[in-house]
Amino acid sequence: MKNLLILGAGTAGTMMANKLHKDLNRKVWKITIVDPDVVHYYQPGFLFIPFGIYQPEDVVRMKAEFLPKEVNFIVDEVKRITGEKNEVTLKGGKNLSYDILIIATGANVVPGETPGLEGKLWHKDIFDFYTFEGATQLAKKLETWQGGKLVINLTETLIKCPVAPLEFAFLADAYFTEKGMRNKVEIFYVTPLSGAFTKPKATKMLSALLEEKHINVVPDFYVQEVDNDRKVLISYDQKEVPFDLLVTVPVNKGADMIAESNLGDEDGLNFVPTDKHTLQSKKFENVFVIGDATNVPASKAGSVAHFEGEILLENILSFIHRLPLEAKFDGHANCFIETGYGKAALIDFNYETEPLAGKFPWPIVGPMGLLKVNRANHFGKLAFRWIYWHILLTGKSLPVSSNMSMAGKEVETEMVK
Amino acid sequence: METLEFNNKTIAINEEGYLKDPSQWSTELAHQLAKDVNINLTDKHFQVLNWLRAKQAEGVALSIRKVGNSGIVDIKEFYQLFPGGPLKISSKIAGIPKPVSCI
Repeated sequence: MKNLLILGAGTAGTMMANKLHKDLNRKVWKITIVDPDVVHYYQPGFLFIPFGIYQPEDVVRMKAEFLPKEVNFIVDEVKRITGEKNEVTLKGGKNLSYDILIIATGANVVPGETPGLEGKLWHKDIFDFYTFEGATQLAKKLETWQGGKLVINLTETLIKCPVAPLEFAFLADAYFTEKGMRNKVEIFYVTPLSGAFTKPKATKMLSALLEEKHINVVPDFYVQEVDNDRKVLISYDQKEVPFDLLVTVPVNKGADMIAESNLGDEDGLNFVPTDKHTLQSKKFENVFVIGDATNVPASKAGSVAHFEGEILLENILSFIHRLPLEAKFDGHANCFIETGYGKAALIDFNYETEPLAGKFPWPIVGPMGLLKVNRANHFGKLAFRWIYWHILLTGKSLPVSSNMSMAGKEVETEMVK
Repeated sequence: METLEFNNKTIAINEEGYLKDPSQWSTELAHQLAKDVNINLTDKHFQVLNWLRAKQAEGVALSIRKVGNSGIVDIKEFYQLFPGGPLKISSKIAGIPKPVSCI
């Protein structure tokens, strides 16, 4: 028997286990998946918890529910990958050997990377919403909060779901307005980027929305530390932003064992250097990387993991048959942006093409609108939770191609590089 | 296409002033570009600039954090050398494309 080993049973790992289980010869290949956690969280739902739109139980399922019975699920933490020996060591002491390895260990928030974040105000006046714990604690805080300066701060540019902090700002504006206390809350969006977002057309649209909702943007602010006594954020160039309530997006890092295995990128964030088209690791040819764990210059988002999944499946099958890896990932990402009041925007883009206006997924009929705020997009976002559990995780295809399509997009020639 | 005249040579730049071809760069040009943003280049500046050029040539996606891990400067010193937006400013002086943040 040959061993295909998957590290991480989150979105990407679970999806790959399902796809490979279907496509690999079961007489030859044994599939094993390792994860320290038995609970699968629907992470896109964390955003809605602070505002009471989702209840905590709406985002929790068991990982085992989504894995084929024949796939061997080991609940343990990975200690080290020894690529030279094709071996993985678990914290429990067990060694697993592999013929093909898929790293899908994702990204986690690490508030400890920024001095002062996890100080005496942590989960009192400082919260994150990227964890189940943070989102549920913040929901309780918002219920009784009397108002003041609400600061949303991105500690780094490289974060999971880069639109989520913007969505948080929009939803906060709607939440306090509906509570009749918007006049008591000042909202600040403090970012290390030069604007609301990274790509010009989307930034223009989102900046206009922020202005309309009276959300103040503080750009080019790279936070060095948080002073708990004075309740201020301090940047590396000594600028300060005061807060009453701080909602932070802490530094995102890959798994610690990536560093331990000497497989991480040079920024020290534990993301694995990966070929951005084939998804093969740059160090070992029988090691592949998918989802948030890679260092490819695409969004860290479930939609990206999904689009990568189809490409990775093809390339692993080619690898097994000693054929060249011909499937190429194009960086395709597709993100809903909740804007409050039952409306949302939608962006669709890849490595080369920034988000453009238009209709999605079908030209003219849509029904969803790209770079536009409407109700259809909001229902698309809500429907995505069902799609996630029933189609995405189980490795089925969506009626959207893996590589980005230009159909329905309004192209101005200078927009495409 | 925009250009810059320097030492009787024509250098291609983009609309934001970044060099289009890193091989057109020279230390003299770096001094000139730095002067435009009121920076006097020291050896330390050049260590950072050379490191950036080498990494860019290897195809590394640059970030402030990577410069902070370079062993040449920490993030705070990087801000002191190139005040404002250190990565954007140093990349321009180093004659490499404007770094893109991924989303």
